[in-house]
Amino acid sequence: MTKISITVDDVNYSDEVEPRTLLVHYLREQLGKVGTVVGCDTSNCGACTVELDGQSVKSCTVLAVQADGGTVTTIEGLAVNGELAPMQQAFHDKHALQCGYCTPGMIMASRDLLKNNPHPSEAEIREGIEGNLCRCTGYQNIVRAVQAVAGATS
Amino acid sequence: MTAVAARPEAEIGKARTRKEDQHLITGRTTWTDNMVLPGMVHLAILRSPMAHATITSIDASGALSRPGVIAAYTGADFAETQGNVPCAWPVTPDMVNPGAPSLAVTQVNCVGEAVAVVAARTKVEAQDALEAIDVEYEPLPPVLDLEAALVEGSTLVHPNTTSNKSYTWTFDSGVAGTGAPIDDALAAAEITVKRRFLQQRLIPSFMEPRSTVVQPIGDGVTIWSATQIPHILRTMLALTLGIPEQKVRAIAPDVGGGFGGKIVVSPEEIITTLVARRLGKPAKYTESRSESLMAAHHGRAQIQDVTITAKRDGTVTGLDVHLLADMGAYLRLVGPGVPILGAFMYPAIYKIPAYRFVCDGIFTTKAPTDAYRGAGRPEATFAIERIMDELAHELDMDPMELRRKNWIKHEEFPFTTVCGLTYDTGNYEAATEKALALMGWDELRTEQAQRRASGDPVQLGLGISTFTEMCGLAPSRVLGSLDYGAGGWEHASVRVLATGKVEVVTGISPHGQGHETGFSQIVADKLGVPFEDVEIIHGDTQSSPKGLDTYGSRSLVVGGIAVVKAADKVIEKARQVAAHVLEVSGDDLEFEAGSFTVKGMPAGAAGSTMSLGEIAFATFAAHNLPDGMEPSLDSDATFDPENFSFPHGTHLCAVDVDTETGRVTIRKYVCVDDVGTAINPLLIEGQVHGGLAQGIAQALFEEAVYDDAGNLTTGTFVDYTPPSAPDLPSFITDRTVTPATSNPLGVKGVGEAGTIASTPAVVNAVVDALRPFGVDDVQMPMTPERVWRAVKGSDRARAEGGTNAYGGASTSTSDGSVDPS
Repeated sequence: MTKISITVDDVNYSDEVEPRTLLVHYLREQLGKVGTVVGCDTSNCGACTVELDGQSVKSCTVLAVQADGGTVTTIEGLAVNGELAPMQQAFHDKHALQCGYCTPGMIMASRDLLKNNPHPSEAEIREGIEGNLCRCTGYQNIVRAVQAVAGATS
Repeated sequence: MTAVAARPEAEIGKARTRKEDQHLITGRTTWTDNMVLPGMVHLAILRSPMAHATITSIDASGALSRPGVIAAYTGADFAETQGNVPCAWPVTPDMVNPGAPSLAVTQVNCVGEAVAVVAARTKVEAQDALEAIDVEYEPLPPVLDLEAALVEGSTLVHPNTTSNKSYTWTFDSGVAGTGAPIDDALAAAEITVKRRFLQQRLIPSFMEPRSTVVQPIGDGVTIWSATQIPHILRTMLALTLGIPEQKVRAIAPDVGGGFGGKIVVSPEEIITTLVARRLGKPAKYTESRSESLMAAHHGRAQIQDVTITAKRDGTVTGLDVHLLADMGAYLRLVGPGVPILGAFMYPAIYKIPAYRFVCDGIFTTKAPTDAYRGAGRPEATFAIERIMDELAHELDMDPMELRRKNWIKHEEFPFTTVCGLTYDTGNYEAATEKALALMGWDELRTEQAQRRASGDPVQLGLGISTFTEMCGLAPSRVLGSLDYGAGGWEHASVRVLATGKVEVVTGISPHGQGHETGFSQIVADKLGVPFEDVEIIHGDTQSSPKGLDTYGSRSLVVGGIAVVKAADKVIEKARQVAAHVLEVSGDDLEFEAGSFTVKGMPAGAAGSTMSLGEIAFATFAAHNLPDGMEPSLDSDATFDPENFSFPHGTHLCAVDVDTETGRVTIRKYVCVDDVGTAINPLLIEGQVHGGLAQGIAQALFEEAVYDDAGNLTTGTFVDYTPPSAPDLPSFITDRTVTPATSNPLGVKGVGEAGTIASTPAVVNAVVDALRPFGVDDVQMPMTPERVWRAVKGSDRARAEGGTNAYGGASTSTSDGSVDPS
């Protein structure tokens, strides 16, 4: 077991983990951060996407020990004092979710996309969220949601 | 400014955003896998690596010494108690169902079949211990090819059968008396076109992997499961395991998509229940994606032999369909019935005088098949819309003109088809005209001609799908006539609380559709209460004790109508209270915008009006009610529809096909759907978008492939490839509104329409692009390789063969034949 120290959604945690433990399993099973979900086992679906030290990562592709000393933001940490983050609000406003399972990862990936490219074209948005699968929406309203946030910050 | 009494804005028709969203966008979700119960054990399942084999020995005891392991079981441990995974649809009286153990006991019949289960303190410990289980298999030949499986002397999938055929189901309009005999049409045909279409195997690929938690309580259990069907699960679990039904509580918490993939009672649900009861402890099983792709049921997997006959003027005279339907290794809940749901839809929107449909259900050593979005109707729509294009080509006729010549005209509704179904309403002309205009069809045809003339290496193709479907499952009597094991009614309760707030209990079980929002809109309008005051309760057999759940685009057109009928009863009860308090006859009261008013009195006049909220409190207090009246406004309704719902529409697709690389790019996709009265246009649009994505994915991207040893070679999302955002275009969607006459809201189902309609539009477009190259079909999914081979033409069969996209290994087609490459 390896001792790690990690900040998740503004709370500091110190835990013993097996070196092989994936960050997503640590979040879900040891911290109870079940808002972040697992959708595949090959890093294709992106449902587990979180922010680690300011960058979006698929938390199934990061070992918990690699996040030692780091700062993680999950979907659960986005809203501040009950106020939704702009991307959360846009997903609601544009009907960009149905079952909602891909949504945490999709929101985290979309935020990262705009961080790197604040005013993307439709094609750039589609390419930017290529690593996140949604089976419900056909992506059209997700694109609209991202466009809405990009437009609001112009 | 004119003084007008304030009327609440109508809720029905409003594009409301969803009340479901808040917890989903903030991660405050209740997915089954999130659950942790005190003392809970975690399960891992050992699965067969063999497609077909006898288990000569199995020993799970090695797992017991592994860290954290509490128990390990094989099929032998549950052989006497596990029963069979249920199948509720014996489509013919002589259908062969060889039985389906949840844990294999003596033989495995497909890769991924469960053979042992480990319970441990953590999931990781359970998974680690699987390697300590010893299993010896004696391989048997796999059974992969549907036609070879039927040959006398073929290896039998199941040793307790005499053939790999489970059933033959037949409909013949000549015999049924609903049309002419097909043999006459075939004999008299001026034009006959015969084609074989392959419906590849697909995997529903809901984003949330299946998960089940079972807590034993006394003699009974509470089961939480990622299911579309908590009510059916309750009944079937009781029947399968002999637990009294009243001791089973089934809960579908947040469920992350289904698309038919969560419509069965699964071996994993049964195994989890067995282990939890054996240990007397709560147990959880959650599948990995790889397990899901391998062991959860698949869809489609049919060979369609289709013959259409016509006169030279284009009048269609007959349709003859023979299906070979791959059941896979076992019959799941409604698996045998899936192709039968398509049987009535091959004639589609056309006036076809003679029709025959024959379907053979066949066992193979592949994953079982069952419902996948559309279930039978996408296959039917594909076949008819593809062969209409082929017929048009044979006749040298414009494909839309051929359709126009044969479709049911709007003034001919209600129309009884050659299948005996009565379509209540429709307007194919209106939807088509709107779609053609949105598409800029004529301009695209002009461009196509130019690009053909100039020899553009990227050719333009235009595809049509004018579809209808039958949904809203279903009239119970019709289901009975098809030998389905249950009915198709739906239940609802409407409860008015003391404060005037409203609780609606429904037996449908949403998993992403937005029913809470849509149903709230309906009830808000009906009772004249604010949208926010309506709470929809579902998905728990303790709070929603009656229902038949969500599939077949039934939730609104059956479940929603049950809600309307219950709300009507509430209004009539409230009328009695209002009449009593206001001291008038109930007939003298008008109910509008949530209040009863004495007819002829001005709104708001003292002593002449009573709101539903006031009536609710008066009923709660019960101080002054009519003699003999129960102090309750609460009402139930169980609605059994008299007919199906028949949404329709026109889908048009324009593709650019690169004849040098085989790449297909959707340039424009237009659909005009007619789903009747719109409750919420936003929700409709979302359903259509997602449906289109799945139908297009069948045309272009997805296929479950088995190698010649029966191994699934598309067992991860690396190889089984649902489209991501850049794979799809932005769709242009619109609607026409021809209200259904079969229900009081005028609504039609919408959940499956996009999937049913879109696949042939895309394939027709690609074939249209490649007609000058002599191409008349490209097998789905139309990968660049298949398209390129089709263009090359010299090796046409290769375009229909398997791909070698998976590590260069020779792979097989969905019908099991090996690609010679």
